[in-house]
Amino acid sequence: MCVFRMKRGQKRGDKVEEGGGSVSGPGPGAPEVCKRLRRGDSEEREQEDGAVDWGRLPEEILLQIFQYLPLLDRAFASQVCRGWNQAFHMPELWRCFEFELNQPASSYLKATHPDLIKQIIKRHSNHLQYVSFKVDSSTESAEAACDILSQLVNCSLKTLGLISTARPSFMELPKSHFISALTVVFVNSKSLSSLKIDDTPVDDPSLKVLVANNSDTLKLLKMSSCPHVSPAGILCVADQCHGLRELALNYHLLSDELLLALSSERHVHLEHLRIDVVSENPGQQFHSIKKSSWDAMVRHSPKFNLVMYFFLYEDEFGPFFRDEVPVTHLYFGRSVSKEVLGRVGLTCPRLVELVVCANGLRPLDEELIRIAERCKQLSAIGLGECEVSCSAFVEFVKMCGGRLSQLSIMEEVLVPDNKYGLDDIHWEVSKHLGRVWFPDMMPTW
Amino acid sequence: MVVNSVHWFRKGLRLHDNPALQETLNGADTVRFLLESLEDLDTSLRKLNSRLFVVRGQPTDVFPRLFKEWNVTRLTFEYDSEPYGKERDAAIIKMAQEYGVETMVRNTHTLYNPDRIIEMNNHSPPLTFKRFQAIVNRLELPRKPLPTITQEQMARCRTQISDNHDEHYGVPSLEELGFKTQGDSSHVWKGGETEALERLNKHLDRKAWVANFERPRITAQSLFASPTGLSPYLRFGCLSCRVFYYNLRDLYMKLRRRSSPPLSLFGQLLWREFFYTAATNNPNFDRMEGNPICVQIPWDHNPEALAKWAEGRTGFPWIDAIMTQLRQEGWIHHLARHAVACFLTRGDLWISWESGMKVFEELLLDADWSVNAGSWMWLSCSAFFQQFFHCYCPVGFGRRTDPSGDYIRRYIPKLKDYPNRYIYEPWNAPESVQKAANCIVGVDYPKPMINHAESSRLNIERMKQVYQQLSHYRGLSLLASVPTIQEEAEPPMSDDSQASSSTAAVCNYTP
Repeated sequence: MCVFRMKRGQKRGDKVEEGGGSVSGPGPGAPEVCKRLRRGDSEEREQEDGAVDWGRLPEEILLQIFQYLPLLDRAFASQVCRGWNQAFHMPELWRCFEFELNQPASSYLKATHPDLIKQIIKRHSNHLQYVSFKVDSSTESAEAACDILSQLVNCSLKTLGLISTARPSFMELPKSHFISALTVVFVNSKSLSSLKIDDTPVDDPSLKVLVANNSDTLKLLKMSSCPHVSPAGILCVADQCHGLRELALNYHLLSDELLLALSSERHVHLEHLRIDVVSENPGQQFHSIKKSSWDAMVRHSPKFNLVMYFFLYEDEFGPFFRDEVPVTHLYFGRSVSKEVLGRVGLTCPRLVELVVCANGLRPLDEELIRIAERCKQLSAIGLGECEVSCSAFVEFVKMCGGRLSQLSIMEEVLVPDNKYGLDDIHWEVSKHLGRVWFPDMMPTW
Repeated sequence: MVVNSVHWFRKGLRLHDNPALQETLNGADTVRFLLESLEDLDTSLRKLNSRLFVVRGQPTDVFPRLFKEWNVTRLTFEYDSEPYGKERDAAIIKMAQEYGVETMVRNTHTLYNPDRIIEMNNHSPPLTFKRFQAIVNRLELPRKPLPTITQEQMARCRTQISDNHDEHYGVPSLEELGFKTQGDSSHVWKGGETEALERLNKHLDRKAWVANFERPRITAQSLFASPTGLSPYLRFGCLSCRVFYYNLRDLYMKLRRRSSPPLSLFGQLLWREFFYTAATNNPNFDRMEGNPICVQIPWDHNPEALAKWAEGRTGFPWIDAIMTQLRQEGWIHHLARHAVACFLTRGDLWISWESGMKVFEELLLDADWSVNAGSWMWLSCSAFFQQFFHCYCPVGFGRRTDPSGDYIRRYIPKLKDYPNRYIYEPWNAPESVQKAANCIVGVDYPKPMINHAESSRLNIERMKQVYQQLSHYRGLSLLASVPTIQEEAEPPMSDDSQASSSTAAVCNYTP
């Protein structure tokens, strides 16, 4: 067997793995392997002692090896000889690329080298298929991303992701600048399947362009917090893109029409729908969605996951949890009242995961018990700044039993009572769960 | 044969249960505390016909000179388990050998020798507190503390003290070291062993009176510095952790008549122990890059925002009050630490925990290297398998902790006339209220520097992105994004004697 030291492809900014090495010396069986893979018209010349000529490895092998190398090592390898340099530029190696755009003033992370970016645009733009841009909080990085996008004219992308790793810098750009760059991709790709454009200034007209060119292929669209899109804009997408399986957007874009469009006969089964409900100003009013629209969704896509993230003030929950809603994953990112949690128990029969960031200092005993009773699918729960009496908590766990695969409770949540103290509650809970369990702790120093 | 012995004080600034002097001179308050501790030590030594010798310079420069001048034959000091300490001490021990000086090192800064705990955990430090507790549960009790050095013991020794001792070897003042003092000597936390032991007694008295060893739930009162607080004294070694441990233990057993106290009684001490153990073999423990236990998170680099946080100008009274107390007094309650750490890192500003750690290092009296770095990693969800879903609201958390708003009024006097309804979010107060309170937001007090709902929404997405890449998990669950705690599924620990807390060994978790 050939002896190579291979490393899995790593993204930059991941944990640093020590030890450089890419390729080590030839092993005992090398000639055999190369003989088997030798092509008819190549001119391999074996040396006297049977060792292989590393400069003349077949392309298939080089490709395999290079695919395992992280980009930097691959670049080093490409400097070794002309043959390896050519291999470095094989189209297959340029199908996926993640552009990391960071400025030293705003990020600790390294950035993709500008020369490499130039090379990619020059030689590989027509090979790129799965592309993402990771951008830090500086406007320059967002601009650089748009620059690159505008030059991808020969590109037929399948996936595109615009990811802000800190503050959403795409929002600082002049809207037209961003839109024209994005439109280049929409128009040229024609087979976009996955698009992640959260926190960008995308607007209704550009969505129309997206739809006009990619309606047959679009499967995933993530556009949370895109303030320039209107409900009509997203409705256009739902109406035309019948293959859409995953959608993420803000609540203000959700409408009865949208849900009905997603449940129309021609539409495939929806798999995931993620909705962010965010309050811009205290006392904001939110519209409600009819129960019949949700029912249509469930009928059409019985297995779909509805993920809802709430970032509201306590008194803004008026229109929510009045009627049955098919939510499966529910997250309350701010304080949510006891009363609303009580309503959750009554209206969310499909609930699988519940995460409560904070509630306040009134025990949630009744509410939790009700959720255990009514939400028979519940398998994961997380409680932050809340209070639950130990007895009620044990009762809750008893009722849910082994179906609770994730039970993440901050230690401060549990209030000792006459039946259980903090030191023995974990035994009781572990007993009913069928595995060892402890609450989550925070350092107290 | 005459033994000429030098005891090198580093962290253990006490005469009880002692064998070691800290050189990290950071913030002025920390230095003041340190100098007070040295003065106290000097005073105690004087009563025993000895003195403290403060020698300035690097140990590697100073010791050769002292070895010769004083004809030293023995050097003693307290073991320092931190990576930098180990390196420094190894060099000193080697040098001492060259000079024919015998070195004796004792481990008394922590309850256990961290290496022992590591050995018991299959040769790696426990990375969850549960695992750590399980191991400690199986260990023998920490070694009993030694009593205070007595007159009789010292009578056998003779210290050569010159007339101009104070000039050459006296404890320096803050001014001499280049710090400006406000001239205000009424500090909340007075340094020194004497003060530490007094506080210990008061602490125990209070526990006995309350007859309650449960962790007290936080009240508004807890936010203010307590006259029985002990953490800075543990950090500087003015109080021996073992003395604290055994005093607590003995009191508990006396009052409760039970065979042995639960581990939770020693919470504070064990957290300290946990971080010391985690850090001892990791010289990169205090940074993200190159730190094998730290998640690489794309934090933002924003010096302006960092300054606002550090100086208590965020526009969120809860955060600003905490940072003000920290700057003025050098101590804040642990829940207050959670609040400001979360705000700086994963909650709101998305700034690196390393920046926060450095600010705490400067301002916080009980921030030692291991505990400070470890806690910051913990609170920013950068290590130790933390769930990141719960975010402390800079308005709500404060309000729930202290509905009266007195804490805010004390540390941000500008806001004292705000009604309770608006004191945590003054920007929401109508103009009339602001005028009546004589404090206009944006003029007399800063506007809030971020929109919390927006920031927390963004940040939970960021954390999710990071964690999903780590565990190659592509699911929807917010909770399951955290990598599973593999420790719990590992084979049982090396010492399999008692079955008391063998919980960590057998369990089936769902990945």
